[in-house]
Amino acid sequence: MTTAPDTANPATTPLLPRARRPRSDDGPADVRRYTPLARAGIITALLVVAVLWLAPLIWALLTSLKQEADTTTVPIEVIPDRGFTLQAYASVLADGNLVTWFVNSTVVALVVTVLTVALSAAAAYGFSRTRFRGRNALFALTIAGIMVPPQILIVPLYRQMLAMGLADTYAGIILPQLVLPAMVFILKKFFDGIPHELEEAARVDGAGSLRIFLQIVLPLSRSILAAVSIFVFIHAWNNFLWPFIITSDPGLMTLPVGLVQVQSAFGVRYAQVMASAILAGLPLIVVFMLFQRQIIRGVATTGLGGT
Amino acid sequence: MTAGTVAAPGRVAPGTAARGGRSLVGGRGGIWFVLPFLLVYAAFVLWPLVYGLSLSFFDTSLVRSESQFVGLANYARLFSDPEVWRTLGVTVLFTIGSTIPLVAVALVMALLVQTGVRGQWFWRFAYFAPFLLPVATVALIWQWLFSGDYGLLNGVLSGLGLPAVGWLTEPDIGLWSVVILTVWWTVGFNFLLYLAALQAIPAQLYEAAEIDGAGGWRRLFSITLPLLNRTTGLVVVLQVLASLKLFDQAYILYQANGGPGGSATPILQYVYETGFVDYRLGYASAISYMFFVLIILIALVQARLSRRSEL
Repeated sequence: MTTAPDTANPATTPLLPRARRPRSDDGPADVRRYTPLARAGIITALLVVAVLWLAPLIWALLTSLKQEADTTTVPIEVIPDRGFTLQAYASVLADGNLVTWFVNSTVVALVVTVLTVALSAAAAYGFSRTRFRGRNALFALTIAGIMVPPQILIVPLYRQMLAMGLADTYAGIILPQLVLPAMVFILKKFFDGIPHELEEAARVDGAGSLRIFLQIVLPLSRSILAAVSIFVFIHAWNNFLWPFIITSDPGLMTLPVGLVQVQSAFGVRYAQVMASAILAGLPLIVVFMLFQRQIIRGVATTGLGGT
Repeated sequence: MTAGTVAAPGRVAPGTAARGGRSLVGGRGGIWFVLPFLLVYAAFVLWPLVYGLSLSFFDTSLVRSESQFVGLANYARLFSDPEVWRTLGVTVLFTIGSTIPLVAVALVMALLVQTGVRGQWFWRFAYFAPFLLPVATVALIWQWLFSGDYGLLNGVLSGLGLPAVGWLTEPDIGLWSVVILTVWWTVGFNFLLYLAALQAIPAQLYEAAEIDGAGGWRRLFSITLPLLNRTTGLVVVLQVLASLKLFDQAYILYQANGGPGGSATPILQYVYETGFVDYRLGYASAISYMFFVLIILIALVQARLSRRSEL
């Protein structure tokens, strides 16, 4: 046992470390503690699971690259004699709607993320660092919201949106998605941990609450704000039920909702259905490939935060 | 901590205010920070919650303009509506049937990855990537994999000389196809939670165990698994609450038809159909509320159970 921190060992380095570790460190020293046989077993198991988890995606990709006639052969052809083609993608994109839905999804997810994070951070700051009458009661009310599943609100919310004239509008899609009390809770917990000395010094210098929030608290909270933003974005990008209920105009649909239309429109044209499914799934997968570390850290920190 | 222990007015010992007590530190105008969130919260959660409750006492329908107060009639009706109990049964069966593999597989994945074998980026990508797919993508891909004649699953089975399975057509199997899809899609989330928990276990524990001659299996059962108890409790709670809300993937996989013989119609789909297909908003609200109360009860029971197991 050494007394110095063992930075070579991933088990002692901080959770999902901030700094990118060198590539050679991917296989940590830790591994040597397993016998060659055990190691072979671990790698085999890892590979089997990886194959099971990637196979559906690879199969969807292969199907999307086939000619329609080659998708329904018996027995199954993994690689068709006639080779691969981008035909399915061309026809799906020419259809036009997919692009519209992609734009809608991007706009909705970005607006929801920015507004949710802004509302939640401001509220969390108010609950954490300011005092006002009824603060504790209002915070309890906010926390109670974690227990309300949005799914049970669809009927009254839909009627309310009809009455407000917000059915089939961006506002109608976005507004109900802005309330994530768990995010207020996570941010408040983080703000609670920021030392008060900085804030007090600023207050002595005459800074008001707003300036302290914007110039001290927010810059110190970049990591947690990133984590919350990632979580909210994924949530909004993939949200199905509410956008599905509130939109009937194909021009306003988001990707997950529009894709359900594809199902009935393309029917048994499997190559086109798979091409649409892949195009809809691709953006977040690519983002994940580029920012794996940040996304994993974001999901891991927010994942258990609500409990 | 009270203000009485503070020497000079306006100053608090460091750290005390963080506990949210009655510290003297704390800006003014706090209500203005909280208000925007609270307004949106009130408008789009609290108000619909109250409105839904009131709707459940009326025979409100989208197709008629006037509606009548019917008291508890909607609630009385749902208790004798076999479809409510049947779809609730589907939801409960799905919750049990999906939570077990979603926790067990996630744990195995995390334990395997945490051994530190080379290729960390790849393993994490393979196991977590499906979680990032929109539900419609997932449902369309699996509809294709499950397809009777041309699907990959039956293709593999016939390659092995096994009979084809009616993944989407047999009443006894329909719901389990949704379970398979869901495990594939969302296990990555639980995997990450376990991975984070595993990384938080101090390496010194393992080093000490190794000096004492404990092998890999011994370390697993004596150190790792006991230390993961709390995480498992949390993961199970989160998973049960998530699984109870089954709707999206079952609805899309079966193109709204509820699965073979209705075997994959969860209660939320029944709420959706009652409200948005039959337009019986009052009755749909009553079912929603019954389900909401059930979720709260389950959450309370789970909270009590996990508290007890921690003692």
